[in-house]
Amino acid sequence: MKIGVLAYQGSFEEHALQTKRALDKLKIDGEVIAVKRVNDLDVDGVIIPGGESTTIGIVAQRMGLLEPLKEKIMEGLPVLGTCAGAIMLAKDVSDAKVGKKSQPLIGVMDISVIRNYYGRQRESFEANVDLRSIGGGIEKVVFIRAPAIVKVFGNAKSLSQFKDVHVMVQENNLLATTFHPELSGTTIVHEYFISMIKK
Amino acid sequence: MRLYELSFNEIEEFFYKLAEVRDIIKDSGLMSFLPEKELPEIATGTARVKHAFPIFQKGGVIMDVTNVEQAGIAEDAGATSVMVLDKLPYDVRKSGGVARMADPKIIEEVMNSITIPVMAKVRIGHYYEAKLLEALGVDTIDESEVLTPADEEHHINKWEFKVPFVNGARNLGEALRRISEGASMIRTKGEAGTGNVSEAVKHMKIINAEIGALVGMSEEDRVKKAREYQVPYQLVELTAKIKRLPVVNFAAGGIATPADAALMMWLGGDGVFVGSGIFKSQDPAERARAIVLAVAGWEYPEVVLEAQKMISEQKSMMGIDIKSLKPEELLQVRGQ
Repeated sequence: MKIGVLAYQGSFEEHALQTKRALDKLKIDGEVIAVKRVNDLDVDGVIIPGGESTTIGIVAQRMGLLEPLKEKIMEGLPVLGTCAGAIMLAKDVSDAKVGKKSQPLIGVMDISVIRNYYGRQRESFEANVDLRSIGGGIEKVVFIRAPAIVKVFGNAKSLSQFKDVHVMVQENNLLATTFHPELSGTTIVHEYFISMIKK
Repeated sequence: MRLYELSFNEIEEFFYKLAEVRDIIKDSGLMSFLPEKELPEIATGTARVKHAFPIFQKGGVIMDVTNVEQAGIAEDAGATSVMVLDKLPYDVRKSGGVARMADPKIIEEVMNSITIPVMAKVRIGHYYEAKLLEALGVDTIDESEVLTPADEEHHINKWEFKVPFVNGARNLGEALRRISEGASMIRTKGEAGTGNVSEAVKHMKIINAEIGALVGMSEEDRVKKAREYQVPYQLVELTAKIKRLPVVNFAAGGIATPADAALMMWLGGDGVFVGSGIFKSQDPAERARAIVLAVAGWEYPEVVLEAQKMISEQKSMMGIDIKSLKPEELLQVRGQ
């Protein structure tokens, strides 16, 4: 199994580590590679990390990777998008303060996302979220300038909610979280993503 | 992709270790405030929340701006954050006088106009400028030698704040002192406002070499180093174990071209700060885009070449040779 992490910007190293830990835990022989160019897209699953979605989108477009990646995802390549990654996947994106802004996105998932939903870094927080729907427990995770998934429509299904919004949503081969499983003590989200690849 | 060579790969433990360092400092009487041990349902400003934020800046370019227009150009170019200043370092250098924090009205305007994080600088040791920026809600505070120091002896105790801090460093001792004071991010000092990358290169190499030396040292020698650096031994041990600074480390000071930025990534920077290099050039929008591309694709010379071709050397900022500066004109020596 070969899992790629989009590695231009953000928590790509942390995702790579957490993915390796999950593979070890599941005793699956697999490798984790950095995805930066089109020929890196020969993978079984791809992770879009947390970071700044505008930067990730602009650079992916500039490197000629955005369209090929989108095509692969539409053909069924499993993808995990966390925080900025969830924004990249969403069909509908706006900012809590600035409103709609044009930015290059993948835009394939039936979710509405509001950027910077909880506020700025001062309002970033850690909290317990319920991951029992994917075989985990109540886990402590961080939300950093996090977006919120305020609407789930079409084929998308909510897997976890926190307060009044969705924090983990799946739609077939797409998995989005607004928190950061790569910076938590549990590998359960990555294990679940690996199980999506195995199917 | 560089990976931490971890025998030590429990990420949660990593944050926990940093919190432990904070507690040790607190116990030695250096800290008057400690966040609640028992976490409420939603906890803000914890060590984990503060140290996580810079991780999402990695591989990015943080650009100095002085107004809303420049902030918009930076965001459109793909900057991961902007740093709001009253004057760009080059102009600080030219104008002389006392350099202070930027006008809060301008910082607020910038915060309301862009979606990416907004950072701002305070003078070294100036608690109250920092309190103001925290009240204003900036995403990160830079306790910066580019401004005139307010306290010649001490830095701010950053554990007292909920907002993450970034500090400059020229060597490992300086970096670890700032981390033990609560900095969530380090940047090389370089020599700001010169368009000359040589000092940033020097500082990055010194830090790398000193970490390398630490890794090869006996426990006894590390204890001695901790004393020399004036930091808790646990922090020295953590650094040796993960073979890198325990927080995100950006390159800064004199970066003016895509090639400069790629060089700093190649030397091990997690990202770059670009100050005067963009808005003191004749082609800021193109240059900003080019530097973002060069940092994201630094492993590939052909990508950096494409980035370098997007700008013109004739439009680069005029550089200042470090050797032509008098010792009292150096910004990097402020606040050790």
